[in-house]
Amino acid sequence: MSRLKTLVQNQNGVQPLRGGHSLCQGCGVPVVVRTVLSTIQKPVVVVNATGCLEVATTRFPTTAWNVPWIHVAFENAAAVASGIESAQRALARRHGLPDGEVEIVVFAGDGGTYDIGMQALSGALERGHNFLFVCYDNEAYMNTGVQRSGATPFGANTTTSPAGRESFGKAQKRKDMTAIAIGHHVPYVAQAVASQWYDLSRKVSAAVAAEGPAFLNVLTDCPVGWGHEPRLMPKVLNAAVDCLFWPLYEVVDGQYALSYEPEHPIRVADWLTLQTRFAHLLQPDQAPVLERIQAQVEADWDDLYRRCAA
Amino acid sequence: MKELLTGGEAVAHGMRQVDPDVMPVYPITPQTPIIQGFAKFVADGRAHAELINVESEHSAMSAAIGSALAGARTMTATSSQGLALMAEVVYIAASMRAPIVMALGNRALSGPINIHCDHSDSMLIRDSGVIQLFAENAQEAYDFTIAAPRIAEHPDVLLPVLVCLDGFTITHASEPVELLADEQVRRFVGEYQVPQPLLNVSAPATHGPFAMPDNYFELRRAQASALDAAHDVIALVGHELKFLTGRPMAAIEPYRLDDADRVIVALGSTAGTVKDAVDELRAEGEHVGLLRICSFRPFPAVEVAAALADVTTVIVLDRADSPGGTPPLHAELAAVLFGSDSTLRGHVYGLGGRDIHPSDVRDIFAGGQPAYFGLRGDECLV
Repeated sequence: MSRLKTLVQNQNGVQPLRGGHSLCQGCGVPVVVRTVLSTIQKPVVVVNATGCLEVATTRFPTTAWNVPWIHVAFENAAAVASGIESAQRALARRHGLPDGEVEIVVFAGDGGTYDIGMQALSGALERGHNFLFVCYDNEAYMNTGVQRSGATPFGANTTTSPAGRESFGKAQKRKDMTAIAIGHHVPYVAQAVASQWYDLSRKVSAAVAAEGPAFLNVLTDCPVGWGHEPRLMPKVLNAAVDCLFWPLYEVVDGQYALSYEPEHPIRVADWLTLQTRFAHLLQPDQAPVLERIQAQVEADWDDLYRRCAA
Repeated sequence: MKELLTGGEAVAHGMRQVDPDVMPVYPITPQTPIIQGFAKFVADGRAHAELINVESEHSAMSAAIGSALAGARTMTATSSQGLALMAEVVYIAASMRAPIVMALGNRALSGPINIHCDHSDSMLIRDSGVIQLFAENAQEAYDFTIAAPRIAEHPDVLLPVLVCLDGFTITHASEPVELLADEQVRRFVGEYQVPQPLLNVSAPATHGPFAMPDNYFELRRAQASALDAAHDVIALVGHELKFLTGRPMAAIEPYRLDDADRVIVALGSTAGTVKDAVDELRAEGEHVGLLRICSFRPFPAVEVAAALADVTTVIVLDRADSPGGTPPLHAELAAVLFGSDSTLRGHVYGLGGRDIHPSDVRDIFAGGQPAYFGLRGDECLV
């Protein structure tokens, strides 16, 4: 757990992810990356799945990274991390490590985690590699122009689940990737949000301390895909937590614990109304869909609450 | 001392002696004996790699890239559909200049699904930028396994090397194989080194960046140049290995080409069959020979042109088809022989593991055979 001042000091004047990259204003992804990397005290190697973060930070011959960084493809970041982690173990055992022990951190979007990257992630979690997988989940394929992913919420308007006369947006509920990670019986799994660095930083410390794989699912915004002003990033993300849509919790060696319980939860509609991707749901004739969303969120919260209370 | 080993076992022994640091493994017939054999060597303490039991071949090559660029010597193996699944990452491995050594038990691609030998899997990744060496037999598959790390890791090359051995015909057939002493191999391959390994955190490097039209073309050309440089490195490493083994290793093997007027050009184990037929025909006074291509990528065009300079008829045997176009080896020979006085003809043969016998080779030398040699003319195959 770190104070903001400590996080800055941890960088020793060298930002792991420098400015000059081309991520959008109001994008939570660099916030997630900087919070994660500033928390980790050990040297790191970053593995990046294809996506906004990779494209916006490494346009050849420039790079925004001050730490060793590798990108191979979209779906295989966890497999690449498996190779680096195995290399580290082999070198430590046989030849010695040039710079001592290194923490391997993967950053992948929801497409590279929930969808195309899930097989490689599942394999790496099951094999028990010692690495941290951070999903920056902005709930759609934003890099290619806001297409629906397995993480896109029910009812969201995307370019491949457009709202229209015969459609209220995405007709399916989002995949519970955090639960899938928990199903791998890894030592540490948590949900966090880009707007709450204190909670995120604490979870990063716990994840790094865990012996074995750790999975962090971090909700972050996309001003373009969600449809909000860049300056509203913290407000929109906090609302996702306060309406119980995105619970902050962790599962340590199988034990569930809520990290935050909103004292007075807001309605899900109060979160949706902040984003144009849900604007179509706020029409009078869509009230039943809104009710369905509210009921889904409450049922999921109750289920999680029971697990945490057990 | 010679041991009776299958090609798969011989490659596993070669890998044991190279003793890589990391080996991602995923089973697929007919390469599985290689990874099984190697896994047992690790279990018995005779090899010292970290085995990664990946969940797919796509992840096998992905993990291999991570490991090789992290600074660890890395080997793996695959066949057919496994190579097809990992093809995306094979291209990237070459572009990231990851010196991975991979044994490829050549097997026909689906569909229909088939487990036996042809070279369609190799040809699928023909243009990926990896080096492909085709062994004739178990001994050569072993020799290539020892040579491959030296070629892959050479600073002028830094590319994946595939040791291709025909599925079943080589992977599963037992032959006498002469193994080098472990210590000889250890000294021959030396220490693994790559520029800017990921685990050297004091010198952080960005691997695998995004390149737009202003740089992509130059980066692709640089990668192609590395493959060009591999010609000399293969010759050099082959020369050095011959000091240890006494066996020649080069990009081509000319067999009884002196005064030959008809020459077959082939890859892999079929060359052994052709040699037998050539010996028979030579004994009968016919001027026939064989040119075996050992290095399909890089393709040794200059050596091939020189070897075939005085040959009247060149006959190419392709164990892969190119529907709607010219089969891959035939296309290479057409390019090499363009403007020469030689006549060129070609046959596609042996797809999906259909055997080829010395008598077939005699028929091919005699001429008058169809472009698809050995194809049954059944009415069911409409």
